[in-house]
Amino acid sequence: MNMPVNRTKLRRVALSAAAVALAIGGVAGIAYAQRDPAYDAARKAGQIGEKMDGYLGTVGSASPDIARMVKDLNIKRRAVYAEKAQAASATLEEYAFTSGCLAIARTAPGEKYQAPDGSWQTRTGAPPIRDPRCP
Amino acid sequence: MRACLGLAAVVWSALALGGCVSVSAPDKPIVIELNINIKQEVIYRLAADAGNTIDENAEIF
Repeated sequence: MNMPVNRTKLRRVALSAAAVALAIGGVAGIAYAQRDPAYDAARKAGQIGEKMDGYLGTVGSASPDIARMVKDLNIKRRAVYAEKAQAASATLEEYAFTSGCLAIARTAPGEKYQAPDGSWQTRTGAPPIRDPRCP
Repeated sequence: MRACLGLAAVVWSALALGGCVSVSAPDKPIVIELNINIKQEVIYRLAADAGNTIDENAEIF
């Protein structure tokens, strides 16, 4: 008589534990993927833009803090590109350029990106001006 | 004497030619030169992989 009750209780505990684990995992995943608020704000303000070569650039005269942030992020990007390029049997420049194509395509309206002529453009609702080789 | 004159002519023409060669510093960044060598087929091959990389490292993109 007691056995089925215990089993049901056990099942409930196991299920809620699984739900809690999933919730924690989900929150941690989102937190990891988010941009630093200062970086996000500088992008939205048009102080940082996406370059064609796959790296970030400062638009206009940037403060030392923003210049340092860009340098730091570019070092991290370069490390990721180098690892992934090797895995894909491509050069660092090829992988970085491809990522640049995609990063420019993913800019939000109002953010800055570099056009093929080297000029900084502000992203609008229309597709960005990209290198003709971009996918 | 003739050999001497011939030699002088060769040296003179070499100097004259040397004077015609003008060397100018490149005015374009080297990065753009590298980009030209990146082929479209390579970019298309890497596109899906690069897209995943951006998703996985969203905090730096």
